[in-house]
Amino acid sequence: MKKFKLSFQIGALFVFGMILLAADHIDAPAVQGTSADITDYYAFQGGDANNIVFVANTQGLLAPGATDAASFDENVMIEFNIDTSDPKDNVEDLIIQAIPRDGRMYFFGPYAAGGNTGTTGSIDITAEVTAVDITEYGESAEIATSDDGIKVFAGPRDDPFFMDFARFGEITGGMATSFNNPGDDTFAGTNVMSVVIELPKSLVGGSGTINTWVETKKK
Amino acid sequence: MKYIKILSLALLAMFTLQNCGDDETMPPVDEIPNVSGTYTLADQMGRPAINTVFVASDEKNTFNTTVPSEQGALYADKFAERLENLSMPVWGNGGKNLLDLDAETFGGVLATDVLSVSLDGTTTFFDGTNVLTGRNLSDDVITTELTLIFGGEDGMETPTLSDDNVDGNDKDFLTTFPYLASPW
Repeated sequence: MKKFKLSFQIGALFVFGMILLAADHIDAPAVQGTSADITDYYAFQGGDANNIVFVANTQGLLAPGATDAASFDENVMIEFNIDTSDPKDNVEDLIIQAIPRDGRMYFFGPYAAGGNTGTTGSIDITAEVTAVDITEYGESAEIATSDDGIKVFAGPRDDPFFMDFARFGEITGGMATSFNNPGDDTFAGTNVMSVVIELPKSLVGGSGTINTWVETKKK
Repeated sequence: MKYIKILSLALLAMFTLQNCGDDETMPPVDEIPNVSGTYTLADQMGRPAINTVFVASDEKNTFNTTVPSEQGALYADKFAERLENLSMPVWGNGGKNLLDLDAETFGGVLATDVLSVSLDGTTTFFDGTNVLTGRNLSDDVITTELTLIFGGEDGMETPTLSDDNVDGNDKDFLTTFPYLASPW
């Protein structure tokens, strides 16, 4: 019975015909390989429990040899969206926008999204700004901190994502029926272009739960 | 008066010089570049692997350019159907997963692609106790998602598909900002 179940499952996956890919790596055909291609999003309590950290990674599977040439596109804004409402309506109440210019990453916010919600948006330059030199490949991390404790970084990092994606492809391709043990991290040895912001929780609602997502928007 | 002015300028210069380098202060307002214009949604993400696992190839771009508040209405049924296609033994006949959610409910939860984050304590995708309170760098999100898709009610229904047996990153994370390890 169990064996039948297993082959039915594999058959269903195979017949479905989809290559199942990892995190959001390689999931956006329209922007694949560009700096608008988001690979991952993380949100976690900072080393200081009064702070929250947001990480947005872009441009996955960068080989070490390709990382020096990788850059953030000046026409691409990375936008952190935060819904603080209760109950949640999944419409952003606060946004943080990061955009590069001449080797520096400028972070606007967090500020009230107001009418700046949805699929198009602009940057309100009267919002609080925190700027940092984009860290170059091989140099130690450049960090900037604003007066109210917003800490920012932008540059290449080891891709923190881990998965045996190669084996998963074999399973969905009908060439294997189970994962290996131990598995093999397909993303080992690769880099991403990363934007990291740590800020006091009081700036994004203070307490309770937030719903959050990251977007890239292009001009 | 002049002496005091020169001294203040000197002190200001010293202060500025000291703060250039690894830890910088904010630029003055007149240094903000021209970032005017309208920017249009290109890609988005909430939880890991959701678009890639649940959205058909020819719909990925549409999903990416649909705002989260509208995703549920458009995709909840498709996600529920996808769960049943991935594992009918687990999801058929009102079957549930470890979170005690059936295909319709779990599909509905996942279709609105946002990450829920607690501001009150432990932030993790899943640590055995806390569920969907954030996403840490060290969270094994893939095994969590595989378990929630293939594991059934006790999480153990299809052990060979519920864990990819890669449970950590290739480099140690940093204990301080920016937390992500230096590049290879």
